[in-house]
Amino acid sequence: MPKLTIDGIQVEVPPNTTILQAAERIGVEIPRFCYHDRLSIAGNCRMCLVDVEKSPKPVASCAMPVNEGMVVHTKSERANKARNGVMEFLLINHPLDCPICDQGGECDLQDQAMAYGFDRGRFHENKRAVKDKYMGPLVATCMTRCIHCTRCVRFATEVAGVPELGALGRGEDMEITTYLEGALTSELSGNVVDLCPVGALTSKPYAFHARPWELRKTETIDVMDAVGTNIRVDARGREVMRVLPRINEDVNEEWLADKSRHACDGLGYQRLDRPYVRRNGKLTAVSWEDAFDAIAVRLRASAGNRMAAIAGDLADVESMAALKDLMAALGSHNIDCRQDGAALDPKVRASYIFNATIAGIEQADAILLVGTDPRREAPVLNARIRKRFKKGGLSVGVIGADTKLTYKTENLGASADVLARIADGSHPFAQVLKNAKNPMIVVGMAALSRADGNAILAAARQLADTCGAVKDGWNGFNVLHTAAARVGGLDIGFAPGEGGKDTRGILEAAGKGEIDVVFLLGADEIDTARLGKAFVIYQGHHGDRGAHRADVILPGAAYTEKDGTYVNTEGRVQEAYRAVFPPGEAREDWTILRALSAVLAKTLPYDNIKQLRARMAKANPVFAGYDKVHPAEWKSFGAAGAIAATPFDYPVKNYYMTDPISRASRTMAQCTEEFVLGSKQKTGTHG
Amino acid sequence: MSARVMAENQPASFAFNAEMQERAKKIVAKYPAGRQASAVIPLLDLAQRQEGWVSRPAMERIAVMLEMAPIRVMEVATVYTMFKLAPVGRNHIQVCTSLSCWLRGSNDVVKSCKDKLGIGLGEVTPDNAFSLEEVECAGACVNAPVIAVGDDYYEDVDYASTGKIIDALKRGEKLPPHGSMTGRDNAAPAGEKTSLTDDPTKPIPKQDFAAAKAAFEKAKAEAAAKAAAPKA
Repeated sequence: MPKLTIDGIQVEVPPNTTILQAAERIGVEIPRFCYHDRLSIAGNCRMCLVDVEKSPKPVASCAMPVNEGMVVHTKSERANKARNGVMEFLLINHPLDCPICDQGGECDLQDQAMAYGFDRGRFHENKRAVKDKYMGPLVATCMTRCIHCTRCVRFATEVAGVPELGALGRGEDMEITTYLEGALTSELSGNVVDLCPVGALTSKPYAFHARPWELRKTETIDVMDAVGTNIRVDARGREVMRVLPRINEDVNEEWLADKSRHACDGLGYQRLDRPYVRRNGKLTAVSWEDAFDAIAVRLRASAGNRMAAIAGDLADVESMAALKDLMAALGSHNIDCRQDGAALDPKVRASYIFNATIAGIEQADAILLVGTDPRREAPVLNARIRKRFKKGGLSVGVIGADTKLTYKTENLGASADVLARIADGSHPFAQVLKNAKNPMIVVGMAALSRADGNAILAAARQLADTCGAVKDGWNGFNVLHTAAARVGGLDIGFAPGEGGKDTRGILEAAGKGEIDVVFLLGADEIDTARLGKAFVIYQGHHGDRGAHRADVILPGAAYTEKDGTYVNTEGRVQEAYRAVFPPGEAREDWTILRALSAVLAKTLPYDNIKQLRARMAKANPVFAGYDKVHPAEWKSFGAAGAIAATPFDYPVKNYYMTDPISRASRTMAQCTEEFVLGSKQKTGTHG
Repeated sequence: MSARVMAENQPASFAFNAEMQERAKKIVAKYPAGRQASAVIPLLDLAQRQEGWVSRPAMERIAVMLEMAPIRVMEVATVYTMFKLAPVGRNHIQVCTSLSCWLRGSNDVVKSCKDKLGIGLGEVTPDNAFSLEEVECAGACVNAPVIAVGDDYYEDVDYASTGKIIDALKRGEKLPPHGSMTGRDNAAPAGEKTSLTDDPTKPIPKQDFAAAKAAFEKAKAEAAAKAAAPKA
């Protein structure tokens, strides 16, 4: 381990560390533009120049590996002078239009110009001007501001795995562009905006909406997919202005998927902001008391076993716990949080979580994807698989249709019965898994929500056993969820109790008239036409499918408007915080249920969220603490059976619209038009 | 140098002919498996030799052949000014107008080209026979001014000799041998030798480096003493 001295501080670092990384370890900050610790090293901005003793010239610290006995000065006169020079050159061709630039206030160039910039320009010739490029509906460009750090190019190529961005030309004429100026076809494209150290790439939907210092920042959890990405919600007044990623090495590193980032404008449209009751076939706005009365009248006329509740994909654990308690008090066991009818065993935690953990993907050396399309179901998790793939020595097998994943895969066949053949060892990929040190099997919702889901679950479990995917310190059996609420729902036991009906059963019984009352807690992904003549209570935040069918609407809060608990696909319990208040008369979901329970004379035994959380922790100890993954015990689950030889049907057909929020979002509608429908569907009215 | 832009009108498709395909295969075979992308520059060159310029379909074809993203090929093609991104004439004449050539009369050479061809810099004759391009230092400063016709350099050119070369090209005659047009031997001085006049067969005399260093140190010390001395 080489020892070196940086600014008089001795530090010992592993070989192949760069000076900049070594300096970071001891808290010495070196300015930089092109260097980013999750991207390859480019060394082209020269801002990180430092003074190394016995070196004839200043050295680019981001690209210089440390040597034994090196003496580095990061704040010497020579280093400072070198950076001043670099900064002056960078500013020669920079428009200095900070007052009209969206990056203003959070711009690396602006900040560093304060430290290293010269207070006037000495360049009297014409500045360079570059034509703006089209990069799709999410990324706005102002290429004259570009300083050619190539972070975006490296991100698209390395992390996103879509080599569409490039730097054409050279020298002063170098221009960053997408191939033929097409839209950047990545589900992670919004991250180039975060990476851009200047205002060349900015967020198009957020353009000219707010300045960073006007925003109130709330650190919370994303619910657009089951990854549980850590986000920061920036709000002004009552409006969510934007969503940015937070760093969490175990979950999302520092990436955020496009839907999670840009669907937030959907929080402002189609909102349910007051209670409604259907009168004479028409939804009429009423007061909370009237809505509760309407429910109470209807429930009094019905028996407990003729009631059912389905929880949606965005529900927080608190509301599901409250609804579960309420349904139990009413005498109903017909509750389910699996809208798609996925065959997950609520009793065995190992059967429904991503046991290997997201960070664990980096240890895997063989991955079998069964009926899952991670690129669209969990883009950030997909980026983690690509990160592992780029290190080399990873083989990925896919059962299901090819979906252009961002790494090399071996397609083992589209139909589900291939899994049975791998499980019994007659397929060559079984050997690949067996030879792997840390094999991983990822089962998706396309596999589990089929009629033979239980058999597929059993076959996957059998395969995990036979290929040695479950051993000390490694559990390679994983379920990749698409719904943020799913694991939390199963953890709290929002699943049919003794003799209770699951989603399929509830819909069937409602259709036949055997169930009178169905409570939908933000459940919009079910076929509402099958609810028959049942009395439907919809509690949620958007006027979507569920609300259209509802007889009573109780306006709830969206994920940015309530304190809540979410459990991501790996079983990580995370706490979300309220960033803004719910609109109009809408209330936090668990409080609605608590109020309703009082009207129904089944008052729930908690008056504040602390008591409710204590109740949750009592029901399941995983809820006792946050930000932890509790390894699940490996037990038997699934039911062996025949697997039909039909292809998997991926649940996410349009990545940009999967839930009520993204369906209400204009930005997501633009993305759908651009990426999903394509130009061929455009008509004359599209301009 | 102005920014290079791709031609507006691009052909619909591109394919290497049999000969070029064969050459491409040999070039790709030089690189280890998985490193085919290294062959991108020679393959772009082959495409340019076949078509006269590098079209977008050609870049896409090469990207497929080398399993690269098209943008990566385009990056390479746009970096090197030797790759033509728009069609050029059958005879592509490049005139160097950088400092050495300019001092030695490249303005006359450019004028000669313009007079003979009736086109300006960066233009193509209507019959597509000729195109004229101004280039930055062609790397033959010692024999400036220089023009390049295809792969050949014609050095020490002036108004008259440039005209002669263009006339020969126009008539389809055999061109004068490339190199210096004034009959200079490679890059040797035009007249008598002014340097390297020693007999190269004699051994090099030994030099006393220690003495040289001592003299240098002495001079340095004297200079320091002078600087330190109080000013009169």
